[in-house]
Amino acid sequence: MNDMTPTREQREAALEGMGCKRKRVEDVRFTQGKGNYVDDLKLPGMLFGDFVRSPYAHAKVTKIDASKALELPGVIAVLTAEDLKGVNLAWMPTLAGDVQMVLADGKVLYQNQEVAFVIAEDRYIADDAIQLVEVEYEELPVLVDPFKSMDPDAPVLRPDLEGKTEGAHGPRKHHNHIFTWEVGDAEETDRAFKDADVTIKELISYHRTHPSPLETCQCVASMDKVTGELTVWGTFQAPHVIRTVASLLSTIPEHKIHVIAPDIGGGFGNKVGAYPGYICSIVASIVTGRPVKWVEDRMENLSTTSFARDYHMTAEIAAKNDGTVTGLKVHVLADHGGFDACADPSKWPAGFFNIVTGSYDFPTAHLAVDGVYTNKAPGGVAYRCSFRVTEAAYCIERAMDILAQKLGMDPADLRMKNFVKPEQFPYHSALGWEYDSGDYHTAMQKAMDTIGYRQLREEQKAKQEAFKRGETREIMGIGISFFTEIVGAGPSKNCDILGVAMFDSAEIRVHPTGSVISRMGTKSQGQGHETTWAQIIATEIGIPAADIMVEEGNTDTAPYGLGTYGSRSTPVAGAAIALAARKIRNKAQMIAAHMLEVSEYDLEWDVDGFQVKGNPELRKSMKEIAWAAYNAPPPGMEPGLEAVSYYDPPNMTYPFGAYFCVMDIDVDTGVSKIRRFYALDDCGTRINPMIIEGQVHGGLTEGFAIAMGQEIRYDEMGNVMGASFMDFFLPTAVETPHWETDYTVTPSPHHPIGAKGVGESPNVGSVPAFSNAVNDAFGFLGNTHIQMPHDAWRVWQAAKDLGAHG
Amino acid sequence: MSDIEQVPVTLTVNGKKVQRFVEPRTLLIHFLREELNLTGPHIGCETSHCGVCTVELNGMSVKSCTMFAAQANGAEITTIEGMANEDGTLSALQEGFRQMHGLQCGFCTPGMIMRAHVLLKENPDPTEQEIRMGISGNLCRCTGYQNIVKAIQYAAAKLQGRDFQEAAE
Repeated sequence: MNDMTPTREQREAALEGMGCKRKRVEDVRFTQGKGNYVDDLKLPGMLFGDFVRSPYAHAKVTKIDASKALELPGVIAVLTAEDLKGVNLAWMPTLAGDVQMVLADGKVLYQNQEVAFVIAEDRYIADDAIQLVEVEYEELPVLVDPFKSMDPDAPVLRPDLEGKTEGAHGPRKHHNHIFTWEVGDAEETDRAFKDADVTIKELISYHRTHPSPLETCQCVASMDKVTGELTVWGTFQAPHVIRTVASLLSTIPEHKIHVIAPDIGGGFGNKVGAYPGYICSIVASIVTGRPVKWVEDRMENLSTTSFARDYHMTAEIAAKNDGTVTGLKVHVLADHGGFDACADPSKWPAGFFNIVTGSYDFPTAHLAVDGVYTNKAPGGVAYRCSFRVTEAAYCIERAMDILAQKLGMDPADLRMKNFVKPEQFPYHSALGWEYDSGDYHTAMQKAMDTIGYRQLREEQKAKQEAFKRGETREIMGIGISFFTEIVGAGPSKNCDILGVAMFDSAEIRVHPTGSVISRMGTKSQGQGHETTWAQIIATEIGIPAADIMVEEGNTDTAPYGLGTYGSRSTPVAGAAIALAARKIRNKAQMIAAHMLEVSEYDLEWDVDGFQVKGNPELRKSMKEIAWAAYNAPPPGMEPGLEAVSYYDPPNMTYPFGAYFCVMDIDVDTGVSKIRRFYALDDCGTRINPMIIEGQVHGGLTEGFAIAMGQEIRYDEMGNVMGASFMDFFLPTAVETPHWETDYTVTPSPHHPIGAKGVGESPNVGSVPAFSNAVNDAFGFLGNTHIQMPHDAWRVWQAAKDLGAHG
Repeated sequence: MSDIEQVPVTLTVNGKKVQRFVEPRTLLIHFLREELNLTGPHIGCETSHCGVCTVELNGMSVKSCTMFAAQANGAEITTIEGMANEDGTLSALQEGFRQMHGLQCGFCTPGMIMRAHVLLKENPDPTEQEIRMGISGNLCRCTGYQNIVKAIQYAAAKLQGRDFQEAAE
């Protein structure tokens, strides 16, 4: 070696592999306005489609007259359900086993439901034409309150299901009932409650909200009538699934459908499902033979495509006097809107809500979920969430605080007492999951020490006394959340979407000069896959991340995968990437052995190449090996250096975290101020700490919005009240608190690189922390539970109801 | 196309003079995106709330989704496409967003950078609170703003010839 030879550390640093804060490659185009989003696409002869929508939440559609619209110059066609019936697409199957109208077929079930699709030369003419389509409605009684959905005299929302006593998930007990989903041991749980020293019971609602990415849902469909090929560019979090569904629905063979998801301006679960806009654009392109673009506006986005949550959870805990929990009972009334279009793995009508035992060692538990129809938009998507995990985490974390209050115990101590212990992993929960790894006590202790928990409680006590003495009108809340997530859907034994197992995939090709192109079945919407996937490959095969190009979203070139949502990319595709890379390294080892004329067993891996054991100067770098792989492979070996891996995970991963919120509330105005928010996340192995922390900041901000004001509300007529950014709370930089982040590392034992996924943890974990802070602040005034969202008006109302105003 | 009478507009966009005929109702954002193929400014709400369409117009930050192209007649406009240095390298703000991880999906970024650009002209050395207030017309759903604030601080320091040491959180 001479002085110019880089050291091992220098070679390692040059890779920019796992664990480093690599700057994002995506940013070069995004900071220059050179991203490629769907609406940026312009094709020759492209038309524009837009919807006529219902002003009523529940009505018969008695007549649609498009003649005036069709007379307007520039209008090409107006599609209605009658037209779609010709191609058997007036209705479409949902991911949840229900069917959904594409265009109103005789009636509408929610305000702004799609009634007709106008196709015009540009978006202005389409908008003009919408005003000219005359629709006659006959209003029907509106059902908004899910608690009234199963009243004997409740209006029939779905005449198409009349007489159907069996749904996709078992028996239906009422005309507005969708399913009952039961897990756990009811008898054993009843016994635990009978024997309990203390029990609590509370209705804990998680209100309806919306993922609301800044880019709405949109697509361009282009049918080539000569070749019979359909190309669809769209905001698709799961492009391969969209291709399969499009093929099944349209009967166009799958190889003649090209689905391309270009850059996506945020998804958060909004862009998983298939929406009427996609179907209508495809049909319109087939009918006209021209490309058709459809772009939602914000009101359409908030009021029709994919709400989230709307779970009304009655939680009961049984416990001993010393705080040991002995049983959990939860019943959920789930408001699904007019169609059950929840985007869950097909066998899971309430997603993974049975993670509701949380981080605690409940010996027994029972859960029942009833899904019902109402006159609201369909959806039920996982808004930065792994399928109802957010609802479950909120339910248990709120309930644990209520139990602590009843026992007169500190809520942190109650949690510590009941945590699943490190030696219990892999831990089998009472509701059927196998938690892979965790060290909850260490994480909780670190969080409590960092934030100075005991001192904060002292301060709170002093403030309460001062409040009682009339010296201050400000009260203080400390919100704790210790969540366990379940992500990485999922093992084919229990996870599929319409029969497609939820594996994921990676393909890696090393070029002769040692640079790489790699493609995955996932699709980034801001997560930074182009940066982080390259880091995994760099570490695994010793080629600098800068020489690795990552490409996603084109179903013609990327291997089949189930896409990006539910924090599944790193647990599933991340594993596929590592395994594909290891296949390449194995072949490289054989090539290196041939080059060095030694046995492959005499070689060892060293950062970016193979060296002879005990003689490190005899080595071949991956760059040298790549050249040889094509030009001088060992006799009998196929040339080339590439690999594909499809990964069916053996289990989910279980990230966890300890979040603390310190909040000050002015009881006279209801205005709350987040003094501190501390988030400790354990997502196993950390691939890029900069990106992890960025994701945590974003998820916390979403959780802050949800807990403190964001809501899709309906009035009694079914008018949606939150369908613009005037009414729907998205925090600006002014309201958004400063975030403190921290971590522990407990790798997943079954994942090739030990990573667990993190994107959704901060949304899942923060909502209970905010809500617990509000509830905790009012605890000394006799409060047990205040429903979210905790905007200033509602907090003021709560203060008033608790007598704080006088 | 529809038969609405078109009006002439002349304006300067990213230093180049542009002349077109537009319908009076054509929004500036559609003019920029569809007519001039400047797709950096985006559309997020069409009600002036989100700010992803923000451009610089005669030295002011303007949400181009709620202004007619005809109203911009005679104006000087800079969009994100006009922000890079003359040699093609990233300007201080663009570099700041990259160095401080001030973006994720990238959809708000062009508007955010254009707003920050005018903010730093108005106030070359803003405090954190002034930055937060200054960008409060621009929404971001991904970052929680913390690193956007740092990105703008980074640019402010660079533009004044100072180093900015703090790393992205």
